[in-house]
Amino acid sequence: MTRTQFIIRRVLWIIPVLFSVALITFIVMHATPGGPWDVDPNKADRRISDQLDKTFGLNKPLFFNPEAFQQAQKEGRGVIESGQAFIDAQFENYIFSLLRGDLGPSYRYRGRSVSDVIFGVQDDKPAWQSKIGTTATLGILALLFALAFGIPMGIISALKQNTAVDYASLFVVTIGYGIPSFVMGILLIIVFAVWLGVINVIEIDYWQRWQSWFLPTIVLGLPTAAFAARLTRASMLDVMRSDYIRTARAKGLGERVVVLRHMLRNALIPVVTFAGPALAGLVTGSFIIENQFGVAGIGDLFVRSVSRRDYTVIMALTLFYALLIALANLAVDIIYGFLDPRIQMGKKEG
Amino acid sequence: MATTMTHNGTLVEVRGLKKYFPITQGIIIQRKVDDVKAVDGLDFSIQRGETLGLVGESGCGKSTTGRTILQLYRPTEGEVFFEGKDLARLKGEELRRMRRHMQMIFQDPYASLNPRMTVGDIIGEPLEVHNIAKGKEKKEQVQELLQVVGLNPYFVNRYPHEFSGGQRQRIGIARALAVRPDFIVCDEPISALDVSIQAQIINLLEELQEKFHLTYLFIAHDLSVVRHISDRIAVMYLGKIVELTDRTALYQNPLHPYTKALLSAIPIPDPIIEEKRERIILTGDVPSPVHPPSGCRFHTRCPLAIDICKRVDPEFREVGAQHWVACHVV
Repeated sequence: MTRTQFIIRRVLWIIPVLFSVALITFIVMHATPGGPWDVDPNKADRRISDQLDKTFGLNKPLFFNPEAFQQAQKEGRGVIESGQAFIDAQFENYIFSLLRGDLGPSYRYRGRSVSDVIFGVQDDKPAWQSKIGTTATLGILALLFALAFGIPMGIISALKQNTAVDYASLFVVTIGYGIPSFVMGILLIIVFAVWLGVINVIEIDYWQRWQSWFLPTIVLGLPTAAFAARLTRASMLDVMRSDYIRTARAKGLGERVVVLRHMLRNALIPVVTFAGPALAGLVTGSFIIENQFGVAGIGDLFVRSVSRRDYTVIMALTLFYALLIALANLAVDIIYGFLDPRIQMGKKEG
Repeated sequence: MATTMTHNGTLVEVRGLKKYFPITQGIIIQRKVDDVKAVDGLDFSIQRGETLGLVGESGCGKSTTGRTILQLYRPTEGEVFFEGKDLARLKGEELRRMRRHMQMIFQDPYASLNPRMTVGDIIGEPLEVHNIAKGKEKKEQVQELLQVVGLNPYFVNRYPHEFSGGQRQRIGIARALAVRPDFIVCDEPISALDVSIQAQIINLLEELQEKFHLTYLFIAHDLSVVRHISDRIAVMYLGKIVELTDRTALYQNPLHPYTKALLSAIPIPDPIIEEKRERIILTGDVPSPVHPPSGCRFHTRCPLAIDICKRVDPEFREVGAQHWVACHVV
C-alpha cells in the first residue's frame, strides 16, 4: 500500500464515521422530549406550531414513511417514486440536503440559515469574528499558549530531573491538570477582575480588546499545557538516556547542540503529533469557557441550541466537531510519516 | 601483528580512578544514602599503538571504566592522563576540543545512532563541530570514511534503520574515525552482533588500527576475542583490576584465581580435549558493588582464600616482568 492509497483509504473512512455520528445524534436529539417551538409553552399556539412543523417538514416520520409509500402505491406510481416516498422522512431529507451542501434553516434564529448562523459575520466585521472564527481564534491562542508554556517546562523538568525545579513544575502541571476549567475560570475572574482589577469583565466591544483574550486563553489552554509538559518531560527523559545521546556527547558536541539537535528533534515527535488532536480538542471543548467568559463562539451556540432544540444547528455543529476530530487524527498519521524516517506507511522492514 | 608492534610511549595513564554513583533517597530534599562503587581505584596505562583488553563479568565496571576515561562520566576521584594532560581536570570547551583525539565505539549499534539523522549527518557532524571540514569537503570525507569501513559511499542519505547490525556497527566505527582520533574505546563492539559478523568487525578494527595507528581500549566479555585482538589484557572484578599482563602470559600462566576460573570457562573447539577440560566453577554470585566484601573483594568466592584475604585488600603488585596481580596467595 503506497502512501497515497493509505491517505485515500483513511479519507474515505471519514464518510461512515460522519454518517454514524449523524445517525446517533439524530436519534438522541429526537428522543429528548420537546421541540423547537415549545420552549415557552404559553406562547406556543398549537396551530402555529403545527404550521411551522409542516413548513420545516417536522411533521414527517423520523426515518421511514410507510404512509406516503402506501399512498404512492395507491396512486399507482412507479417503483422509484414509491421508494422515494418511503424515505421521505426527516433523517433522509436532512442527509440529502446535507449532501447538496445545505445545512438547512435555523429554527430559532428567524430567517437565517444554519451556515449563516455559524459562518456568517454581521455588519462588515472581519471573518474571524463569526461564531466559528471566534472559537477557532480562541482555540489557536490556547494551543499556542499550551505549547509555548508546556514544552519549555517539560524540557527544563527533564534536564533538571528530580530537583526542586522539576518538582515545582510538576506541581504546576498537576494543578493545571487537576483543577476543572470552570473552577479555574471563576478563580481567575475573581483574582484578576475583582481583586486586582486589571481586567474589566463588562465593557462595550469587549472582544475587540486583545487583553480580553488572556483569561479564556489561559483557562482553556492550561490542561493542554500541562499535558504537553508531561509528554515533553517523559519523552525527553526517554531520549536523554538513549545511547545515541552518549554518542553525541562523545563526538564532542556542545551541550546546546546535544539538547537542541539530538534530544529535542527526537523528543518532540510525540508532542507535535499531539498538537493536531489538541487543537481539535480545544476547539470542540470550549463550551464551558465560552459560556463563562461570554465568548460568542460555536461552543456557546451549541449549548444554547441544545436547550432550545434548534435541531439543524445541533446537527451541523456535532458533524463539524466530528469532522474536525477525524481530520486531526488523519493529519497525525500523515505527519508521522514525514517526521520519523523509520515510519514508512505500508512498507515492510528489511 | 600485535606483539611485534613498537610501542613508543604512554598515551593514556590512569591513576587511582574511582567512579561512584550515588544512591539517593527522599523526594524534595535528597540525601545521599550510599554509593555504587562501580570503579574503585584503577591504575594502569595504555601504550601508544597497543590494544589493551579489558575483561570481566557483567556489572564489574568495564563499561564505566571506558566511559570515565573518556569523561562521559566524570570520575569521583583519580586522574586520567591523555598525552600528559589530566582529562579529569578539563572542563567545557577545553574538554570538548580534546574529544577529537579520543572516541568511542558503542556496544549497541541499534541504539547508538540517532534514528532521525542520515548516515551522512551522523558521520559528518563531528567534522563540522571540530572545524575539520564543511559542505562539499565534508561530504567527500564522509563518503571516503564509508569506503574505509567497507560500506557503499552511496549510503550517505540513508537512515540507520535501513542497515543491518553489522553495517550499523561499521557506521559507528566510521563516526568514531571521522575526527581521526588517536585513541578509541571499543565498548563491547561486537557482543550485539552475529558470530559471522563479529569476525568481520574484528578484522576491520585490526586493519584500521594498522592504517591509522590507533590505540584501543577493547572492552569485552568474550575471552577468545580479547585474546585475538589484545596486546595486553586487564581482568576486572567488582570495580578493581585483579590481574594485568600481556596476553601470552595471561593465557599461559594466569596467576590470579579469578583469572584462572575465567579462563577455564572458555570452551575448546575440539571435543576430545573439551571433554578433559577442567572447569573451576565459582560458587555464589558477584557481591553487590554497594557493599563490596572487606579485604580482597574476591575472597567470598575464592577457592584459595585464607584468613588475611578477609581483612587486607591485596596490593596490586608486579610479580613478574610486566605481570601485575592483586592477590595475597600468589
